[in-house]
Amino acid sequence: MCVEWESALFLFSSSVLSLEALVINDPDFQHEDLNFLSRSQRYEQAIRKSSLMVLKLREYGITDPDEIYWFKSFVHRGRPEPLDLHLGMFLPTLLTQATPEQQDRFFMPAWNLEIIGTYAQTEMGHGTHLRGLETTATYDPATQEFILNSPTVTSIKWWPGGLGKTSNHAIVLAQLYTQGQCKGLHAFIVPIRQLGTHEPLPGITVGDIGPKFGYDEMDNGYLKMDNFRIPRENMLMKYAQVEPDGTYVKPLSDKLTYGTMVFIRSLIVGDSARSLSRACTIAIRYSAVRHQSELKPGEPEPQILDYQTQQYKLFPLLATAYAFHFVGAYIKDTYHRISGDIHEGDLSELPELHALTAGLKAFTSWTANAGIEECRMACGGHGYSRCSGIPDIYVTFTPSCTYEGENTVMMLQTARFLVKSYTQVSSGQQVTGMVSYLNDLSRQRIQPQHVAARSVAVRINDPVSLVEAYKARAARLVEAAAKNLQAELNHRKSKEDAWNRTSVDLVRASEAHCHYVIVKLFTAKLAEISNAAVRAVLTELCLLYALYGISKNTGDFLQAGILTDAQITQVNQRVKELLAIIRPNAVALVDSFDFHDVHLGSVLGRYDGNVYENMFEWAKKSPLNKTEVHESFHKHLKPMQSKL
Amino acid sequence: HPQVQGSLLGSVNPDLASERQTASFSVEKLTAWLDGGTEHTRLRRAVVEAIECDPVFSRENQYFESQNERYEAAVRKAVHLQKKMDEMGWTENGPEFKALSGDLAFLLHRIFTRSISMLGSDQQIAKWIPLATQYQLIGSYAQTELGHGTYLQGLETTAVFDITTQEFVLNTPNISAMKWWPGDMGRSATHTVVFAQLYVNGKCYGLHPFIVQIRSLQDHSLCPGITAGDIGPKMNFEHIDNGYLMLQNVRVPRENMLSKFCEVQPDGTYVRRGSQKINYFTMTTVRISLILDEVVIPLMKACTIAIRYSVVRRQSKLKPGEQEAKILDYQTQQEKLLPQLAAAYAFYFISDYLQELFDRGYREIQRKNFDMLPELHAFSSGFKAMVTQYSTSAVEICLRACGGHGYSLLSGLPSLYTKIVASCIYEGENTILFLQTARFLIKCFMAASTGQPVPPSVTYLAAVTPEKCPAKNKLDFLSPDIYTEAYQHMAARLINSTAAKLQDLVQSGVKKHDAWNQCTVQLAQAAKAHCHYITVKNFAETVEKLETQPGIQKIMKHLCDLFALHGIFSNAGVFLHDGYISGAQMDMVTASYLDLLAVIRKDAVPLVDAFDFTDKTLNSALGSYDGQVYQRLYEWAQKSPTNKQISPAYERYLKPLLHKTLSKL
Repeated sequence: MCVEWESALFLFSSSVLSLEALVINDPDFQHEDLNFLSRSQRYEQAIRKSSLMVLKLREYGITDPDEIYWFKSFVHRGRPEPLDLHLGMFLPTLLTQATPEQQDRFFMPAWNLEIIGTYAQTEMGHGTHLRGLETTATYDPATQEFILNSPTVTSIKWWPGGLGKTSNHAIVLAQLYTQGQCKGLHAFIVPIRQLGTHEPLPGITVGDIGPKFGYDEMDNGYLKMDNFRIPRENMLMKYAQVEPDGTYVKPLSDKLTYGTMVFIRSLIVGDSARSLSRACTIAIRYSAVRHQSELKPGEPEPQILDYQTQQYKLFPLLATAYAFHFVGAYIKDTYHRISGDIHEGDLSELPELHALTAGLKAFTSWTANAGIEECRMACGGHGYSRCSGIPDIYVTFTPSCTYEGENTVMMLQTARFLVKSYTQVSSGQQVTGMVSYLNDLSRQRIQPQHVAARSVAVRINDPVSLVEAYKARAARLVEAAAKNLQAELNHRKSKEDAWNRTSVDLVRASEAHCHYVIVKLFTAKLAEISNAAVRAVLTELCLLYALYGISKNTGDFLQAGILTDAQITQVNQRVKELLAIIRPNAVALVDSFDFHDVHLGSVLGRYDGNVYENMFEWAKKSPLNKTEVHESFHKHLKPMQSKL
Repeated sequence: HPQVQGSLLGSVNPDLASERQTASFSVEKLTAWLDGGTEHTRLRRAVVEAIECDPVFSRENQYFESQNERYEAAVRKAVHLQKKMDEMGWTENGPEFKALSGDLAFLLHRIFTRSISMLGSDQQIAKWIPLATQYQLIGSYAQTELGHGTYLQGLETTAVFDITTQEFVLNTPNISAMKWWPGDMGRSATHTVVFAQLYVNGKCYGLHPFIVQIRSLQDHSLCPGITAGDIGPKMNFEHIDNGYLMLQNVRVPRENMLSKFCEVQPDGTYVRRGSQKINYFTMTTVRISLILDEVVIPLMKACTIAIRYSVVRRQSKLKPGEQEAKILDYQTQQEKLLPQLAAAYAFYFISDYLQELFDRGYREIQRKNFDMLPELHAFSSGFKAMVTQYSTSAVEICLRACGGHGYSLLSGLPSLYTKIVASCIYEGENTILFLQTARFLIKCFMAASTGQPVPPSVTYLAAVTPEKCPAKNKLDFLSPDIYTEAYQHMAARLINSTAAKLQDLVQSGVKKHDAWNQCTVQLAQAAKAHCHYITVKNFAETVEKLETQPGIQKIMKHLCDLFALHGIFSNAGVFLHDGYISGAQMDMVTASYLDLLAVIRKDAVPLVDAFDFTDKTLNSALGSYDGQVYQRLYEWAQKSPTNKQISPAYERYLKPLLHKTLSKL
């Protein structure tokens, strides 16, 4: 049944599944359980696998970016690896920003891994706000070189993956100074370690930034440069240029970088879906195996999945995982659809997609982040053991709330677009795309009342009607934020100040907008499912997703008059009914995600459900159990006992 | 290696110094008040000083250590502490343990000792306690099993009385019955208290505690019939050897069953004395004491780190042409952190309140009056659940509010989080605890509605309140009466409507236990609402009592308002639901709430300074008093073992990769 579902939903293509088999059956990619390895051992394992992976990608002739992504993800079981930045940033940046001459010099050596590179943007004191970066590259026309400097502690490059121990080159983002003027941020290819010995070059201080919450296998690094000179030709000059005499030539357009950001954020949305799906798989399977207390006096302890509170914790997350799968696919498809236009210079659809993906990246990563932890806690004490696999999923996933754009900042970017669209509508223009609901606002403006105070006549069993309810909520919160912003502007002089004083409202508006988009996409997906049984169960999940969202945000729906008290009571009741309806299909719904046990990396979430026997086997391998009597007995315990 | 010129560590970062110049109150006075008087502050500081100047207790390398190394360090510290206690005359329950920030082995040894004192007969106490105190043996406490946690009746380990040898025979009948999780048991303990189902003459008498030796006192090897070891790596507590234990026909003498309350006599007669209820009392004690030590203090630390970092970190510009702004000047950052700060204070006060309630209950129990037990049990359960759940998410918010650097272990936040998050599960899983509180509340509600007497803390369930909130403008919502009443109304409504739902279901023929399960989502919500209400009410009363200290009272009042309004703002639906608060009033709540953020922002750093954590206690590169965040991060990172040695991965893998000789692998 579940294989049927999976193909009906197109969660994975058949080529992806054969890639997985290729990796899982390859003895080169086997290793000891990572939970028992030290950080340094984990790094070593990752490097070993990455090296082999590169060779095998070439051997198998895998070149499609999607296929490379999946192959990598199977080899590293969804974990980061030290060559991530080389493959994901260094090579692509060379392709897009290097001149043909530069490609000749750097691309093939990098492709052949004689050069291993990383992408050094973030500094210790500066992250999301790029203009604040402090590293300088000053052009010296006398020698035709750039002199790179890290002028302060805060300017030390900090966090780039693969920088600490692995890379011998970095693309460094620095403020360009030429002819006494600052020309803003530009990218430079900087050699950092001696080819051959791998020792840092004179003028370069480089190292690992130390242990983190997760990402043990990644050597996130620091880089400090002191009057380090590179030839003029090492500035990436496909767009902006510095001529030998120091004359600066401006680039044509800077909107192109949007495309890359949209692509990376679409990957994060997909990753939110996958990480949450993995956690749900573990928690739901375990909840079917674990028995606890009694529901009916005298009867055996029931599966904990039969408790309403347990269902209430897990099933909305299961529905969310499905919702995010569809959202991730939508963004990727849209991106691919319009990337043709982008190549031909038509950037008209890009701003909306860019604004939407910023918010969806934040919305999905925040939700998945919290959801993974809920799954873990739903597994009780055993969830806390690393054998559950969920701690690892969590610590690996949680930085995505921060990287590629801090989530609050992302929400505010979406808000900026929403406010802009609202202003357009107010001045009589029509807007298109996902924000077109704002057009309705002008029609209602003749009436003095609140925008959404009109009754939507919501039918709580109809996903399409619920989409309307979410739409009304988004419209109401966008309008409220825009009006509050205007009120602040009327009181104060500074635009920035007014924006800051409205930012909590603005974030709420963005969240409501994203929530609407997700409910809408989920609902739209239902019509595409031809298998009736699959459509039925997915419709239940979609309803649960939409109704649960309402029950968690009742204030918004009540205050705007979209739903009445009585309807809210019905929504709460219906949520609980849906839990019972979904219960019989819960395990099948996570089986459909089709995670291989090796990939899941969880004793609690095993496909065969033999949890306890395998926990015992796993624990026996713990480093503390290597010897029957631990050395600290002889070192500390025994001497103490003899002294007291 | 070039170094950053001259270390700045020690001189205060001007961004942090300026925050301290504008405090609206005296930090020293607030600290003293929180400590319960200047004398307490002096004493606490002296203890912290004594601990922190001893290099054996140093936590400098904690973030770089492996599980094995952390375990060894914890044992070393525990042994050293024992020596130090002898030297200094410190007592078992003194403040020194807190000053060590919990990185100690043998915590379960203390519970082992405590359980013998509480559950053992006089002879048993006389025999075992001196051995334990002298560390002639190391104890643990083995209750939880692989397949069974919160539901104690479900435990499967058996102890069968053998009348011919006057021994109990202990067994682990199958894999899910293996003891799993007990601290100190994986590697350290020689003895443990095992909870097992007692069988005499084929009859089961339920769970009882037995002292079982598991390791040799000579060479520490496992005793016959014992299988034990460490359960493997966890999210945190890597310094503790949580263990597993399997028993195969392990025999212990009859005298090893702890027999203050129950005894098996030589002829097999089972005798029960006194009240079993007292067992609840142990759990109550533990739950109440963990709220402060394991939850509120870590939350205070997280707030200290995140707030200090947020005035040092600058990002983007608020006004064109100016310097990049401190991130704490952004409304969104204030909205993340300041409610957590208010919650830290709120929970500090609620832990006082619970302690008082507990002390009163304890006095009654000593007079053999057990009337307060149900209330105490319900309160300790509900508040344990509410405070741990709230604080766990608060610490995580602090972590994420520190952006990328929060993710570094050197920030101290990941360890605080992974530790506090365990408190949602141990000593009773939170959902189950909420439901226990709900059972008590429903019972009280039924009693109150039929005019029977109920404990004073829940009389509000029968009180008549206005149907509409009387607030007329946003300033009205800064009145504790207004918001406390709103919370009271909301809690009473949720309990009332859940009770009604339960009754409806039962009357429509649904079996009682099914009806209960169908209402559990609502019941848990109602219990949480009750605890939230009491927390707000207690905060408001605490502020009221501060009238002799107007400087502190004013800022505490702001925090109390913020805590209360944040709760209404984030749970708007339950307040709007029956129209008690109208849509227009909710806009006033939001406006007042957002205004408060800007007010408290000015005192944010002094408010965390008042918690008075030393830098060594915080052990955070982001949260130190001097605010030299970047310098410290850089210096600490250089201490990482990854930077001290040539990476073996280079020689083994990178070099062949770079030199095209990888195929030889």
